[in-house]
Amino acid sequence: MTLYLTIAVIILVFVVIFQIAKASEYVSVLKGEETSRKQNNKINGFLMFAFLILGLIGVWYCNHLFFHKTLFAYDAASVQGEKVDSMLWLTIYVTGSVFLATQILLFWFAYKYQESDKRKVFYFPHNTNLELLWTVVPAIVLTFLVVIGLRNWFSFTGEAPKGAQLVEVTGKQFGWIFRYPGKDGELGKKYYKNIDASTNELGLVWDDKLAQDDIVSTQAMYVVKGKPVKLVIGSRDVIHDVGLTQFRLKMDAVPGIPTTMWFTPKYTTKEMKEVSGNPNFVYEISCDQMCGNGHYSMRGVIEVVTQAEYDAWIIKQKPQYFTAFPEKDPGGVNALTDSVKPVITKAPVPIAQKTIAKL
Amino acid sequence: MSTEAIIQSRTETAIAHDLHSEHQEHHHHETFISKYVFSMDHKMIAKQFLITGMVWAVLGGLMSVLFRLQLGYPESTFPILEDLLGKWAKGGRISPEAYYALVTTHGTVLVFFVLTAGLSGTFANFLIPLQIGARDMASPFMNMLSYWFFFTASIVMLSSLFVETGPFSGGWTAYPPLSALGSASPGSKTGMDLWLVSMALFVVSSLLGGLNYIATILNMRTKGMSMTRLPLPIWALFFTAVLGVLSFPVLFSGFILLIFDRNFGTSFYLSDIYVNGVGALPNEGGSAILYQHLFWFLGHPEVYIILLPAMGMVSEILSVNSRKPIFGYMAMIGSLFSIAILAFLVWAHHMFVTGLNPFLGSVFVLLTLLIAVPSAIKVFNWLTTLWRGNIRFTPAMMFAIGFVSLFISGGLTGIWLGNSALDIHLHDTYFVVAHFHIVMGVASMFGMFAGVYHWYPKMYGRFLNNTLGYIHFWVTLVGAYLIFWPMHYEGLAGMPRRYYDFSIWESFKQFGDLNRFISTVAMIVFAAQLLFLFNFFYSIFKGRKVTVQNPWGSNSLEWTTPIRPGHGNWVGEIPEVHRWAYDYGKDGKDFIPQTTPVGADESHH
Repeated sequence: MTLYLTIAVIILVFVVIFQIAKASEYVSVLKGEETSRKQNNKINGFLMFAFLILGLIGVWYCNHLFFHKTLFAYDAASVQGEKVDSMLWLTIYVTGSVFLATQILLFWFAYKYQESDKRKVFYFPHNTNLELLWTVVPAIVLTFLVVIGLRNWFSFTGEAPKGAQLVEVTGKQFGWIFRYPGKDGELGKKYYKNIDASTNELGLVWDDKLAQDDIVSTQAMYVVKGKPVKLVIGSRDVIHDVGLTQFRLKMDAVPGIPTTMWFTPKYTTKEMKEVSGNPNFVYEISCDQMCGNGHYSMRGVIEVVTQAEYDAWIIKQKPQYFTAFPEKDPGGVNALTDSVKPVITKAPVPIAQKTIAKL
Repeated sequence: MSTEAIIQSRTETAIAHDLHSEHQEHHHHETFISKYVFSMDHKMIAKQFLITGMVWAVLGGLMSVLFRLQLGYPESTFPILEDLLGKWAKGGRISPEAYYALVTTHGTVLVFFVLTAGLSGTFANFLIPLQIGARDMASPFMNMLSYWFFFTASIVMLSSLFVETGPFSGGWTAYPPLSALGSASPGSKTGMDLWLVSMALFVVSSLLGGLNYIATILNMRTKGMSMTRLPLPIWALFFTAVLGVLSFPVLFSGFILLIFDRNFGTSFYLSDIYVNGVGALPNEGGSAILYQHLFWFLGHPEVYIILLPAMGMVSEILSVNSRKPIFGYMAMIGSLFSIAILAFLVWAHHMFVTGLNPFLGSVFVLLTLLIAVPSAIKVFNWLTTLWRGNIRFTPAMMFAIGFVSLFISGGLTGIWLGNSALDIHLHDTYFVVAHFHIVMGVASMFGMFAGVYHWYPKMYGRFLNNTLGYIHFWVTLVGAYLIFWPMHYEGLAGMPRRYYDFSIWESFKQFGDLNRFISTVAMIVFAAQLLFLFNFFYSIFKGRKVTVQNPWGSNSLEWTTPIRPGHGNWVGEIPEVHRWAYDYGKDGKDFIPQTTPVGADESHH
């Protein structure tokens, strides 16, 4: 019933608008088209000015309403994120001032130079100096932005520092699989045709000794506060994207082509709850590349913890090898004994090579 | 000399011409089919493109309203949706499958069918012969084929909506492997086959049209119409056609490889894939990223294919209605030219986070931000055109001013996204959605509206209703900003695009109220477009009649034709051109048409 009522109201509004529009056309014919055109011109000239003022207020009000809901209301969660933020603020100042200047000029000119019988149009087809001015000045400003941007870009995409923690992230429809190198600090080989949905989700090659101690998990990813972490990113099926909003980074997960990304977390999850003022805060991995009908639910969680907490956690993890071959598991639940501390210092294996090799 | 006198004398010639043209029309007998269906008159083909584009705009817009319903009211159910969409909206809530199908089709249709075919198809066909002084296109037959290929593409795309497994639903960019594997997504089954066939037909249509536009502009200009006397819409349409001719074939090759991967077991894009429930696929050695290079080699020029015609028409309309020459005509051509060149050299800025070699990425950052320079030139030249003019706010002029405002707003955020170190954070968030909708979607739509309002009298010999035009403009401008401005904030919170539901996300669920607000405004803006649609069709039959030949007091050649020009445009000889198209307010004269010879005592500029 409400539906038909709504439709009826909409149609009514349309009819009213149409009648007004038609009537105004008749009026304009009666009044003389020239007079009514000039009247309309005045109204629209005024509206242009009103739009400028209301628009500027709207820009302020929108910022007032939503700024605290964005990430920039509090600190970035990674060292790299700080650089993104500072660059972003600089870009806001530059583009913001251009925005204000040009929009104000546009609507102010529209208002000021609306048709008037008194004005004589200024015949002004070109002016070389002016044109040079607004070619050169933007070029210089942009050069600054490019230089700052590229400095950050190369620092983000450069090699991860020695001693970085290594985690492999693999996307699949619709979830994430994490792999940590075991005590050897290196990831073993894998081949996609070895994939077995229940015992070997990544297709690890069991003949490879390096793979035998690799830990595979679909639960939260654990990383250490203050310690660089290098992600080796891949996909099992279609293209996904590891989106790390709070760390201000993201990288695609492409089947067949490993990609990498590294960052240094600044706050543990616990600390971040206070920094963000949100008691439910969690670091989330969002898939940022359309990957199918469950795309919106492809969520992962990152736990940033202290080194001590991390050590306590990793020791409880069982290499996947023992899931595949339970008979070879020497110690039952706790496969890694106390004497084996996870040492994650070595550089990653060639699987982490730059993607360009494939292209 | 008073304007009145000019208008008076023009009216008389117009009437005289009208008589002539009626007389001429008696000569070649036209049937309904040859006049309205398989027409070879560029003006009729332009109207066919326009109306087909409008049909698609309504469908595409309606799709956005439907998926905005889901985003704005994720908890609510609307029984009417089940009546409309059946199994795609069980219980009155759009399913994820339907949501993604709607998003994908909305994107494809708006980008290609509305803003490419509907915009440059319409105005290239309509304006090129009229403004350069030609009787028709270089090949009217090819021109007709161009429309009918587009029409066929439309039918195929439309039919994909009714396939059992649904239309393609992997995003308008159709990245493989998702688009290559029916087992990975139901939308990638028959729906994707139809999508590819439709797009292939569309590419053919674009190429036929584009070659024709280039040939016509280069070869068929009337006497005296040198390249540097061309009105700016023609320059813009020329570069648009060049962009299309050089980049669409690359897209086509990308599609061919995709068709092979889908149907013939090749591995151009596929490697190391294990699909849930299917197992490991045999394909090895392909590169999914290859498709993205091929796609964006068209995809980025495509943005300018959409934007340049709008820029050209806006330049013309701003100048005519400011009663002042366009400022920096040569700089305008130069900036169009450099945008056209740079358009080919920036495609990988869509791929900063695909694992692209960082050095290659840095080159694309530099080239991308370079585009800001010609864009800045254009904006400042438009502003200077308004400065000390005598502005008439026709609906066309309003939309042209709106275009400049939107182009500034959306263009500036391009400086954020083109810088890879920021893109690595903002990529594929709502910030991107806001950016490209404002600068490419809405701005070009405004250019298109400006064009329709400005040249409607030439198309149909009647005016659109002004009051409806003003309402349409203000609702659309205010609405566009209300919809897309706050989306920047969602993007700055990292909210990813193409999400069906945000409720499970701790980081993104704080925008429920805002999403509801945006959806509501979107519906109102959509309703305002229906108002325009009504105005358009109503005015064809009942609009105020055009009584003078040159209602806007414009210099360019199309206003020297009879009020309702027949096939062939001019009765008798095609007029000769003696000057550029922008002598407004020169030597105290309101305007001097291009056909007026340069006087002995005329000042030089």
